[in-house]
Amino acid sequence: MLNLGYCKGSMSTASSGGVSDQFPVGLRVLVVDDDPTCLVILEKMLRICLYEVTKCNRAEIALSLLRENRNGYDIVISDVHMPDMDGFKLLELIGLEMDLPVIMMSADDGKNVVMKGVTHGACDYLIKPIRIEALKNIWQHVVRKKKNERKDMEQSGSVEEGGDRQQKQSEDADYSSSANEGSWKNSKRRKDEEEEVDERDDTSTLKKPRVVWSVELHQQFVAAVNQLGIDKAVPKKILELMNVPGLTRENVASHLQKYRLYLRRLSGVSQHQSGMGNSFISTQEATYGSLSSLNGLDLQTLAAASQIPAQSLATLQAAGLGRSTAKPRMPMPIVDQRNLFSFENPKLRFGEGQQQHLNNGKQINLLHGIPTTMEPKQLANMHHSAQSLGSMNMQLNAHGDQSGSLLMQMSQQQSRGQILNEATSSQVPRLPSSIGQPIVNNALASGVLARNGLAESGRGTGFNPVSQSSSTMNFPLNTTAELTATSFALGSAPGVPSLTSKGMFPEEISSEIKGPGGFIMPSYDIFSDLQHHRSHDWELQNAGMTFNGSQQSNSLQSNVDVASSVLAHQGFSSSQSNGQGRNISAVGKPMFSAGDATDHVNAQSLGQPLNNFFAENLVRVKTERVPDASLQTTLFNEQFGQEDLMSALLKQQQQAGIGPAENEFDFDGYSLDNIPV
Amino acid sequence: MERTRLRRQVALTRQSLFDQGFLDEQFIQLEDLQDDANPNFVEEVVTLYYRDSARLITNIEKALEKNSLDFNKLDGFMHQFKGSSSSIGAKKVKAECTLFREYCRAGNGEGCTRTFQQIKKEYATLKRKLEAYFQVVRQAGPAETACWPK
Repeated sequence: MLNLGYCKGSMSTASSGGVSDQFPVGLRVLVVDDDPTCLVILEKMLRICLYEVTKCNRAEIALSLLRENRNGYDIVISDVHMPDMDGFKLLELIGLEMDLPVIMMSADDGKNVVMKGVTHGACDYLIKPIRIEALKNIWQHVVRKKKNERKDMEQSGSVEEGGDRQQKQSEDADYSSSANEGSWKNSKRRKDEEEEVDERDDTSTLKKPRVVWSVELHQQFVAAVNQLGIDKAVPKKILELMNVPGLTRENVASHLQKYRLYLRRLSGVSQHQSGMGNSFISTQEATYGSLSSLNGLDLQTLAAASQIPAQSLATLQAAGLGRSTAKPRMPMPIVDQRNLFSFENPKLRFGEGQQQHLNNGKQINLLHGIPTTMEPKQLANMHHSAQSLGSMNMQLNAHGDQSGSLLMQMSQQQSRGQILNEATSSQVPRLPSSIGQPIVNNALASGVLARNGLAESGRGTGFNPVSQSSSTMNFPLNTTAELTATSFALGSAPGVPSLTSKGMFPEEISSEIKGPGGFIMPSYDIFSDLQHHRSHDWELQNAGMTFNGSQQSNSLQSNVDVASSVLAHQGFSSSQSNGQGRNISAVGKPMFSAGDATDHVNAQSLGQPLNNFFAENLVRVKTERVPDASLQTTLFNEQFGQEDLMSALLKQQQQAGIGPAENEFDFDGYSLDNIPV
Repeated sequence: MERTRLRRQVALTRQSLFDQGFLDEQFIQLEDLQDDANPNFVEEVVTLYYRDSARLITNIEKALEKNSLDFNKLDGFMHQFKGSSSSIGAKKVKAECTLFREYCRAGNGEGCTRTFQQIKKEYATLKRKLEAYFQVVRQAGPAETACWPK
């Protein structure tokens, strides 16, 4: 969130003279220290400085105080060594969430510790024992910060200038008049107001109608950012890449700022995150483009997700066609899948609040039909996760040819998967959910992507992408992704096959979805026990779409290493040949989460049996015509309650023993075998 | 008469604490914080210090009794103890704490144990002296604390 207004008041008050007489009197200080002696002394010292002091002896309490009353404090002083939380961690959290100046203190005066304070963003470091003189001037940090914020605001978004200026001026006036009443408080209030107003105006150009960041637009934005690389993405270049008439650099800049904050938040919150396979979802979005139905979904995320699909599609196309080549590609999908499955991501993404549920609901609807609306959102989510990956350059052009796109997706996913794996980003949570949608043709593609995405998030731990409601989201995606992936690889059947795989996955996923914690992919032993298939969340675990681009080769075995879910098993790969479009062969791989501890799959043997298995399944799937919905539902079993095809599929998969590996899957050796249908 | 004598006693006692190195400048910081709102601020803080440090000392003792010493943990405890000791101006105690931490970092268990005994001794001595000091302060009356030269 942009603190546009945050500094306005104080700055002006300080200089206007109206309130400055009292400043820094009444400065609201929060002091955190587990040492009661120090705490009491500091409190007394700060009181003598005429500050308003709140003391607490635990970091957790401090955080909740700050969260409850975001604008209730001006500055925080914290000890470095605390039993319940490291002072530097608290420092980071405060910086991210509340953006307040934080002063660190410690009896430790070692250079390293002081440097750590600097790198973590502390605005000062005091050595204990603290003298009152050191505290008398802490107000300077508050003023300085506000001043810098203000400058940043002005620089980054000229769009806001027009509106802001007026506000600022009025603010100043207000400040002067209220100078005598607890200026700080007033300033704060004003700042809040300003912030609100500012944020509203954020995306509007100067004196122009406000730019609405629609899902498509956001997708384009995310695609551009990914293309450039999240670190190198500068507004000017993003703007060029997006090539949207009427969009200004300032619009992009402010949007980028928000996006970065969002990503930071994600990374900070989600622990694991290996990398949601943002990629998958995005493709879907591109296809469907309709976000309207997603309620509760974060449009942005969706947009993001949608971005991915497009990109992934592109990638897939590029890579997928050659399936075999993609070794790197293959992994990607898998990885992505992991993300897809990583429930955590979705969870996080959806505001930690089970946005997924909403999505799920949507999904259900979508599932039945062609999941259009949902997808975009999911994709968006995925996208976000994908974003974290940053590297996936998804230039998918999505929808062009279904199969093509699917392939692209797959490849995308794969690549994503890889990236995700490596990225261990926590971000992708969202994607999985969004991915769920793609079931239908496009969906497939997206599904695959989604899967990957989900898988990604699961990184290693199996995705729990969907664990929460979000997980549901993921699943569909995952499956789809997988399916699509595989299908694409084969390049044969566009669309259909994916369904099958999807079905499979979803089931798996649902069973797996454990909870945000991550999918736990039960030991995956494809060969040993088909039933297993169900239990593991292999899919989840690793976005395992190990599509091994090479669909033909059922080198599932090799994929064993792939930690990602064995989604690959989905075995789509092999079947491609048949018209069923089971591109399962490709899919097969992803599912296969090799490498995980739980995974017993014998890579070697897997290949063949899986192929067969998949073939069967594929066939079955085909007949059953796993509708997207079903797939999705299976995944989210819990949520949707649709068991039909999905279950069937999943079961089949399970039988295949596709046990997604818990851990990250290395797509390296995993090649999807063509599972003859 | 009595009052003057008592005040003089307070001054002398206080001075000796500084001269003998038991207290450092931080103690004066505490004294500066004392005002009408908190006329016994210094004594209150010191009492708080005793309570908290007693707990730390017990923890350290337990940690030292183990067969294999966890130096990180010991260092952590000592860091806390050093922090609070320094905040009330306990000079000698603080010095021993620093020495203890060095032994911790060197992994010298014997050095730690030895130094800890020293810490306990210094701590006990300081406590005794401060208690005697506060007693005289209370006898002399609150006005006394306000006229120390800064």
